[in-house]
Amino acid sequence: MSTLAVHDHEVAHHDEHGHEHHHDQSFLSKYVFSMDHKMIAKQFLITGITMAVIAMILSILFRIQLAYPEKTFPLLTTLLGRFAPNGRISPDFYLALVTIHGTIMVFFVLTAGLSGTFANLLIPLQVGARDMASPFMNMLSYWLFFLASVIMLSSFFVQKGPASGGWTIYPPLSALPKAMPGSGEGMTLWLISMVLFVASSLMGGINYVSTVLNMRTKGMDLWKMPLTIWALFLTAILGILAFPVLVAGVVLLIFDRSVGTSFYLSDIVLNGVQQPFEGGSPILFQHLFWFLGHPEVYIVIMPAMGISSEVMSVNSRKPIFGYHAMVYSLIGITVLSFIVWGHHMFVTGMNPFLGGVFMITTLIIAVPSAVKTFNWLATLWRGNIRFTPAMLFAIGMVSFFISGGLTGIFLGNATLDINLHDTYFVVAHFHLVMGSAAIFGMLAGVYHWFPKMFGRMMDEKLGYLHFWLTFICAYLVFFPMHFMGLDGVPRRYYAFTEFASMQKWLTINTFVTWAAIIAALSQFGFLYNFFVSMFKGEKATQNPWESNTLEWTTPVEHLHGNWPGEIPTVYRWPYDYSKPGAEQDYIPQTVPYSQTMSSNLPHDFEDNPAGLEALNTYTSTLKANEQVK
Amino acid sequence: MLLGTNLLMAQTDAGSAATGQAEAPKVDWTGVAYYVLIFFLICLGVAVVGKILKVYDLTLKMQGKKGLNWNTVMATFCIIFLLIGLYGAYWSFTEQGSMTLPEAASAHGVKIDEMFTVTTILTMIVFFITQILLFTFLFRYRYSAKRRAHFLPHNNTIEKVWTIIPAVVLTILVVFGFFTWQKIMNSENLKDDINIDVTGHQFAWELRYPGKDGVLGPKDFRLVTGTNNLGVNFKKKSSFDDLKVDTMYLPVNKSIRLNILAQDVIHSVYMPYFRVQLNAVPGLPTFFKFVPTITTAQMRAKLDDPKFEYTLYCNKICGGSHYNMQKVVRVVSEAEYQTWLSKQKPYLNDALRKELHFASANEQSNGSTNRLALNN
Ligand code: HEM
Ligand SMILES: [Cu+2]
Ligand SMILES: [Cu+2]
Repeated sequence: MSTLAVHDHEVAHHDEHGHEHHHDQSFLSKYVFSMDHKMIAKQFLITGITMAVIAMILSILFRIQLAYPEKTFPLLTTLLGRFAPNGRISPDFYLALVTIHGTIMVFFVLTAGLSGTFANLLIPLQVGARDMASPFMNMLSYWLFFLASVIMLSSFFVQKGPASGGWTIYPPLSALPKAMPGSGEGMTLWLISMVLFVASSLMGGINYVSTVLNMRTKGMDLWKMPLTIWALFLTAILGILAFPVLVAGVVLLIFDRSVGTSFYLSDIVLNGVQQPFEGGSPILFQHLFWFLGHPEVYIVIMPAMGISSEVMSVNSRKPIFGYHAMVYSLIGITVLSFIVWGHHMFVTGMNPFLGGVFMITTLIIAVPSAVKTFNWLATLWRGNIRFTPAMLFAIGMVSFFISGGLTGIFLGNATLDINLHDTYFVVAHFHLVMGSAAIFGMLAGVYHWFPKMFGRMMDEKLGYLHFWLTFICAYLVFFPMHFMGLDGVPRRYYAFTEFASMQKWLTINTFVTWAAIIAALSQFGFLYNFFVSMFKGEKATQNPWESNTLEWTTPVEHLHGNWPGEIPTVYRWPYDYSKPGAEQDYIPQTVPYSQTMSSNLPHDFEDNPAGLEALNTYTSTLKANEQVK
Repeated sequence: MLLGTNLLMAQTDAGSAATGQAEAPKVDWTGVAYYVLIFFLICLGVAVVGKILKVYDLTLKMQGKKGLNWNTVMATFCIIFLLIGLYGAYWSFTEQGSMTLPEAASAHGVKIDEMFTVTTILTMIVFFITQILLFTFLFRYRYSAKRRAHFLPHNNTIEKVWTIIPAVVLTILVVFGFFTWQKIMNSENLKDDINIDVTGHQFAWELRYPGKDGVLGPKDFRLVTGTNNLGVNFKKKSSFDDLKVDTMYLPVNKSIRLNILAQDVIHSVYMPYFRVQLNAVPGLPTFFKFVPTITTAQMRAKLDDPKFEYTLYCNKICGGSHYNMQKVVRVVSEAEYQTWLSKQKPYLNDALRKELHFASANEQSNGSTNRLALNN
């Protein structure tokens, strides 16, 4: 009932305002406090890109320290002031850089930037809705995210600098302001920022789920949804279930810091002074953190998986292989990702038997991941592959996912994790499987849906350059790190100068830093392409990639409510590419079977006996005609 | 205040490196300008190449030819990337692969290494097959207007196959992993285990060995004072003969039990050559048992490095000097171990004796010193 009501309201709203009053939207309500899902998507994207650039610059700063631990760079002092006295980043600030880099990348770029952009853009457009279920909450979601970003960045301007206990902010380090400078106001700001972030993320997530469940257009049953929607939908569910636990963990940490409770603290002597905490457990925080933290990594990767599936299917001109298996593996990942968090805690002193159980669940989750990979390969097999920049990035995503996923099998094995935990092997693992793969999925999405967002095309050649430089450099950066990890080199070390056994890695570190610098510089090619194409790019056609999904049936010029007339009805799944007997190598979802008699297959009518009968009469008349001839 | 000292310390550190200058060094702006210039030149170069390609493409088209087929170019790049990438991976495996840890110097470590080898072989097979398929498919099935893709929405048989095979392989890995893990972590305590107390704090490790009785005295954080920095409880007899030790000496082929604890924040005891790691958590005592099998001297010979030392270092972010929190570990023969042990000083040193003597002479005030300490 309520579904229909919302729908009707939207349509009515559209009819009233759609035509006459369209231009009198003020600048403020159109670009700033917009409630239009397309504009909110762009806001998320541009904020996400900005945060990504900032986090990237932070990473270059700490990479410089790792490559040249003994050199001084006066420029650093000029830029960073007290954080880099005498031309060298201070050890505390190094840790702050690592922490904020990780936090921004994981949460602000790959969660909000990725889900926020594509869920907002694609859910209404691909399921056929005029907007989100609650446009107002959607707007609120963006502005909370924006506020969280500002607060996170503002921590660079407090006296003692930003939070610096690592993006996982384990107490007691993060709970005791005296344990390190970053655990002072910087950590307070971090915690406030994250609470706002989670609020934003929940508002977004609830909106995405209700839109997908209630506002699909006629004919769009769940099994006709593109994989992007499935992925974004399941991602939102994961977020709704997991993020509140992080808030719980964070709130208890705030209590420990400010109210003097002992949830996470016990038996502490700091700098020779006993602290009045008793009975808490630092491990409790880790349980709460990773109960979100592990689902979080899938929150990051699943939208990238969905986008890549869609982009690869469109550009191989082939249906995605094993659509049902793809959906079931996404569901499998969603469910399993809640029961594997302990694999981050094998060597924390957690009961070893519990560790053993988490090892079992962890290696089970590798199965759906493997199925997805094989299905992507099968999608490419005997395709007719068009290399758009989006396609290249989607392929890069698959390559990274394989490389990084396989090392997960080492880490998921508690026995092997004893020696690998917290080394560069872990850094290599998650930067490939999450960092690079998800960023590539996001970039694939940007290149693919840029025409939908801005009505113009991005430059293809510059996209190619961007892809190859980034792809090669990412491998150059992260591949050698595996071997550092296998040599027992720990992550989050300010310098490897203090250990005779680690000094031999200095040349590799320098090499890695230069690869990272080249990768970072090539992102300027992307930024140039993105912002210049926005205004000067070639005008896009309505369906530039000859794609089947609904978003390409909307006009190039955006309008509030998405479709000028009625919302189109959907008749088929989104992957009828290169169907034998069809005129073109794609059949949009809006084309009814009655118009494609020559290409229909019995399989298309599995739960539609009337249609099957029509097909049978059609084929028998065809045969009869042939016999007459 | 804290920041002030930090700044000072950092300054003296870096100051000595930067020829002892007191004021902040000056920025060499010509150097910066130079790099910015290079960057713009590269951008210009890219733009020029882009334009040339465009012009070339246009002239080809004007001559009625097809123009550059970028799709084929990209497909070719993919296959080139595969070839170079395969060589690069091979190079990395041999070059950097040979820089990784040598064979495990502990009994359980050998089992870990075996499992590591098996996992590496299995995953590398998958790695090479999938990456090769990925990039050859890209080249082989590049776009051609003459052709249509093969409409293949699904194939249940093959999907079942590639669900079941990984499941089976992973099950095997899990089963072996599980039992090895249980064995390593749940090893029983033996009578002749050598107990060693490892306590982490910012930014050092404290080592305590049991004396003749082989038993470590209990600790309590409430008892920590300047002289009794571990908070050892001297009401218990077992504490009296405990030894305070600077370097961790271990007799070869003896079962060692590290009793691990942290005082302030989480640290992690990491001894990669022995495949040993366990976090040191305040309030949560943990232990790790292992048997070292290769002495320092043997390892030196093996690695052909006369200066080689085993080390124990911190592997959980714990603050500014996390990167330099280490202890030397020496594995020696039983005889060497005993001579070394006989030379170690007791934890209960003169200063502490004085402090405690004063305390034990007057039981009542012992309690109040404790409370005093707490109130600090
Ligand atoms: C094939 C399945 C995977 C397995 C078995 C696996 C296993 C693991 C394990 C056991 C760890 C903990 C390592 C340690 O700290 O010692 C880990 C770390 C991590 N994994 Fe995975 N992983 C898999 C896939 C993924 C995916 C798909 C992502 C993200 C998209 C991901 C992201 C991460 C991250 C971010 C960390 C590091 C967290 C940190 O300590 O900072 N992993 N993985
Ligand atoms: Cu995880
Ligand atoms: Cu540490």
